[in-house]
Parts: sequence; C-alpha cells; structure tokens
Amino acid sequence: MTDQLSRVFAALADPTRRDIVARLSAGDATVNELAAPYDVSVQAVSKHLKVLSDAGLVSRSKDAQRRPCHLEAEVFDLMTKWIERYRRQAEERFSRLDAVLAAMDDKPNRAQGAAS
Amino acid sequence: MTASTKNTTTVEADRNLPTIKIVREFDAPRERVHRAWTDPELVPQWLGPHGTTIELLTWDIRTGGSYRYSATDCDGNKVYFFGSFHEIRADRLVQTFTFEGYPDGVSLDTLTLEELDGGRTRATILSLVENLQTRDMILASGMAKGVTEGYEKLDQLL
Repeated sequence: MTDQLSRVFAALADPTRRDIVARLSAGDATVNELAAPYDVSVQAVSKHLKVLSDAGLVSRSKDAQRRPCHLEAEVFDLMTKWIERYRRQAEERFSRLDAVLAAMDDKPNRAQGAAS
Repeated sequence: MTASTKNTTTVEADRNLPTIKIVREFDAPRERVHRAWTDPELVPQWLGPHGTTIELLTWDIRTGGSYRYSATDCDGNKVYFFGSFHEIRADRLVQTFTFEGYPDGVSLDTLTLEELDGGRTRATILSLVENLQTRDMILASGMAKGVTEGYEKLDQLL
C-alpha cells in the first residue's frame, strides 16, 4: 500500500474528520465555521484539518485561520468509486446466484449437517 | 414472480460505523436461496469474484462449524479465506470471515433471508469489522483477487 493511500485511510478513520469532509462536500468553510458545531477547540479542528490536508483530501491556504478550507473532490470521489466497484462485484456474484437458483430443482438440502 | 423484475444490489457504508450492508432480492423462495448459500456443490458456482475458481477445503456448515476455501484467479494466483459458522438458521446465517492475507481484518457477517410475496426473497448481509479504516480498506479492495492486487490498481487510480 502506498503511503498516500495509508494516509487517506487513516485520515478517514476518525469520525470527526469524516464529518468535516462531509460538511466540506457541501461547500468551502473556514476553520472557525468548521469548529462551531463541535465541543472542541479551533486548535483541535486545525489538527484534524492538517491530517486531512496531509492526506490530500483538503487544501488550505497559508493563512489557514481565515481562508476557507476546500475539499479536493477528486480524491474524495475515490470513496464513491470504491463503493460502486464493490457494488458491481457483488452484483456479478448475485447474477451468478440468480442462475444457480433458476437451475435448482427442489431436492432436499444436502448441506444440512454435511462436512467436507 | 414477474420475469421482467430486475433485482439490483445496493451497498451501504455507514459513515460512523465500521459496517457494510448489502441488500439484494432474488426470484426464488427462501428455502432455495438458503440452499444455494449453504450447499457445498452450489456455493462454488457463484461465490467469489468474476473469473476465479472457488474450492471449498472445509465446509462444516452447522452452528459452531467452520469453513475454509481457496480462490484461484485466471493467472493461477491463489488466496485463502476462512471463518466460523456462528449460527445457521432458516432465516439467518451468522459467520466470521477472514482473508488470510489480512488476518487482522476479521469480519462478522450476518445474512438475513426475508420471505417476500410471490415466492421471492430479500437477502441482507451486514458485515461488521473492527474499525472504519479496516472497513474502508475492504471497500477499496473490493475483496477481489486479494487485497494486494486491489492496492496495485488503486495505486494507479491515485
């Protein structure tokens, strides 16, 4: 696994950071705006933003206290892509299961109590 | 049962819980879906990613039993999965699931089979892992052809 990918996973593993990402998906926001709904300091939110920015999920200007934070949608879209690919793989599997079900007769379940 | 029904698969990843929920309906009664899910002759016919061959090495499907199987892709790469059958019921199958290449990523999988009108069945699979990071890694890998190969493809995406 690449370092960048590790950072993305680690960054998104924290519920507060996921929440920040979700809020930034609705539009850019300042650190103060992001800190408002949480029972934590602006400094704590800044630390979370640093983790997100190190992972490439959020971009910030140098003057981070005043300038809005911006979600790098390209990277965030990865999650949507992962879920969609995962879904497609499940769909493939279940299409094969459809075929198995259609071909089955009504014999009793031989699997009950069977060991390999 | 209407033949034109298109059964689609939905996947839901909770934002705050390390879970994956898959829901899919089938045009078959519950007993039949249960059998396809448990019969050692039928399971390898549909389980596993496209293009892989599944071989059941252990398949002791009963409450308290266990399983282990291999998945071989078209290039001959073989990976192994194992787990315990926690509880096997007509409407509910609970098992653990481990990919041997990622031994700490054990998942607790609960399959619920719900009888619907017209001899149809709704299957819901809820997978629970230890933390969000592990859950995201499973989603990212698609659990296809081994996690390592999934990462190689992800590397290209990034």
